[in-house]
Amino acid sequence: MTPDLIDLSYLLAAALFIIGLKGLTKPRTAVRGNLMGALAMFIAVAATMLHQDIIGWKGLLIAIGIGAFAGTVLALKIEMTAMPQLVALFNGLGGGASVLVAGAFLAGKEFSARVASESCFADVLTATAASGLIGAVTLSGSLVAFAKLQELKFIKDVSFPGQKLLNLGLTVSAIGLGWLLVSQPEHAQLWYWLMSGLAVGLGILLVISIGGADMPVVIALLNSYSGLAASATGFVLNNNLLIIAGALVGASGLILTRIMCDAMNRSLWAVLFGTMQSGGSSLSDEEVYTSVKSTSADEVAMMLEVSQSVLIVPGYGMAVAQAQHAVRDLTNLLLNRDVDVQFGIHPVAGRMPGHMNVLLAEADIDYDRLKEMDEVNSMMDQIDVAIVLGANDVVNPLARTDPNSPIAGMPIIDVDKARTVIVVKRSLSPGFAGIANPLFAADNALMLFGDGKKAISEITKAFDDA
Amino acid sequence: MLSSTLAVQDAVAKTVAAAAENVPQSGGAAHLILLLTVFVLAIFLGVEIITKIPPTLHTPLMSGSNAISGITLVGAVLATGADNGTWASILGFAAVVFATMNVVGGFVVTNRMLAMFRTKK
Repeated sequence: MTPDLIDLSYLLAAALFIIGLKGLTKPRTAVRGNLMGALAMFIAVAATMLHQDIIGWKGLLIAIGIGAFAGTVLALKIEMTAMPQLVALFNGLGGGASVLVAGAFLAGKEFSARVASESCFADVLTATAASGLIGAVTLSGSLVAFAKLQELKFIKDVSFPGQKLLNLGLTVSAIGLGWLLVSQPEHAQLWYWLMSGLAVGLGILLVISIGGADMPVVIALLNSYSGLAASATGFVLNNNLLIIAGALVGASGLILTRIMCDAMNRSLWAVLFGTMQSGGSSLSDEEVYTSVKSTSADEVAMMLEVSQSVLIVPGYGMAVAQAQHAVRDLTNLLLNRDVDVQFGIHPVAGRMPGHMNVLLAEADIDYDRLKEMDEVNSMMDQIDVAIVLGANDVVNPLARTDPNSPIAGMPIIDVDKARTVIVVKRSLSPGFAGIANPLFAADNALMLFGDGKKAISEITKAFDDA
Repeated sequence: MLSSTLAVQDAVAKTVAAAAENVPQSGGAAHLILLLTVFVLAIFLGVEIITKIPPTLHTPLMSGSNAISGITLVGAVLATGADNGTWASILGFAAVVFATMNVVGGFVVTNRMLAMFRTKK
C-alpha cells in the first residue's frame, strides 16, 4: 500500500470514529455507533499493517492475538457491577501503550538517524515527553483506581501532610526531566524513562488519596487523559488519525468530568487535591437521629398497595448488594398492579458515570423509566412512596438547608418532598461525606434496615402475597 | 437550535477532514501548526458531539471512547513491525498487546452493555 493510500484509509477511519461517537449519544443508534468505531479501528490497523516498512509480521500477529484474546475474555466475563474497574483497567492499558510507543520511537532507527544528523525537532521531542508524561500518569492512576474499585487488600486511602507539596514537586521534576529530554536528544532515552518513572509515582499519589464517591470524576478524568496521551503520540509519529481520535476521546472525557463535578458541586481542583472539608454541621448523630422510625417489609408492601406512583432512588449500595434483579422483580409486580414506577438517578450515584443505568439495564428495566435528577425533582410532590436503595449523600437535605455542610449546594434528589420515604440501608452509618442525614429522622421517612437485595425481595414477596 | 448545532458539527467535520488531507510529510513549524489545527478542531468537534449525550449512556460512552483511545495501537504496530532494533521491538510488542486489549476489550464490553439497553414495547 502506498503512503497516500494509507493516509486516505486513516481519513476514512477518522470520519467513521466521528460518526460512531455521534451514534453513541442515542440509545437507538448506540450499538451501530460502537460497531462503526470498531470498523474504523480495523481499517486503521489493517492499513497500517500493509505499510511498506512493516516486516515483523509474525511478532505483530502474536501480540495482537494475545491482546485480543485477553481483552475479549475480560470483556465477556466481567460482572456488570464491576464495570468501573474494567474501564479503569482498560484506561490504564491505553496510557501504558502510549508510554511504550513513545519509548519505542526514541529507541528506533529513525530517531537515532535524526540525532546523528542533528535534525531532531523540538516539537517531536516535546510531544514524546507529553506522551510519556500523560501516558504514565494515566497508567499508574488507572491501576490504583482499579485496585481501589476492586477493593484489593493492599490498597488503602493514603493521605499525609505535605502530599500536595510532594505532588507539586513530582510534577515540576517530571516536567524538568521532559525539558532535559527536549534539550539533550542524545540522552533522550535516559531522561525519558526517568521522567516516565516519576510520572508513574505522580499518578499513584494523585489517585491514592481519592475516596470512593469521588471515583466517577477520577475515572472520567483518566478517560480523558488516555485520549490526550494518544493524541500526543500522534504528534510524535506525525499521525493525524491518532491526533483526531485521541482529541475526540480527550474532549468526551473532559465533558464527563465537568458533568460529574457539577453534580457534586465541587471543583475539579477540590476533588483532585482537597479532601472533603470536614465539620460544619454542629449536630451530632444522636441529635439528628432522635426520632428515627423503622419499618418492616410487610408494612412497606401495604403502603405500596395503596400508592399510585413509586420512585426508586438507587445508589452504590444497590451495586454492592447486587440488588438490581430483585428491583426488577418488584418493578414488574408493581407495574402489573397499575402502580407507576420510576427511577431517579443522581449523576454521581455509583462509582462511574452512568453506573446505575447500566445495572438497571442489565436487569432488563426499560430505560424510559430511568429519569434524571431534575426531572424527578419537578414531579416529587406526586410521588406517593420514594424508596432510597443504598444511596445516602445524594438524598441528604442538608445540601439544601445547611450552608456550612461539606455537601452544601450539591444538587440532590429531593426525596424528602415525597409523601413517604422508605430508606433501605444496613445501618445509620454516614455516607462518603461523613455527615448525618436528617432525612432518616424526617417525619415522612421510615427506615428499612437490612441488605438491599434481601429487603427488596421481602417487600416483593409481601406485596405478592397481599 | 438543533439545525444550527448540526451545521456547526458539519462545518467542523469538514475543516478537520480538509486539514487532515493537507498535512505535508516534512517537518517544520508550519507542519506543527497544521497538526495543532487538526488537534484543536477535533477537540471542538468532540465537545460538540458529546455535549448532548443522555446520562443513561455515560458508561457505554466511556468504555466505547476508551476503546477508541486505543488507537495508539496504530503507533504500536508501526513501532513493532518496522525494522527498528531489538529494544524498540520489545517495547512495541508490549505496546501492541496493551493497546489491543484496550481496543478489543473496550469494543466488546461496550457492545455487551449496549445490547442490554432497550425499550419494552
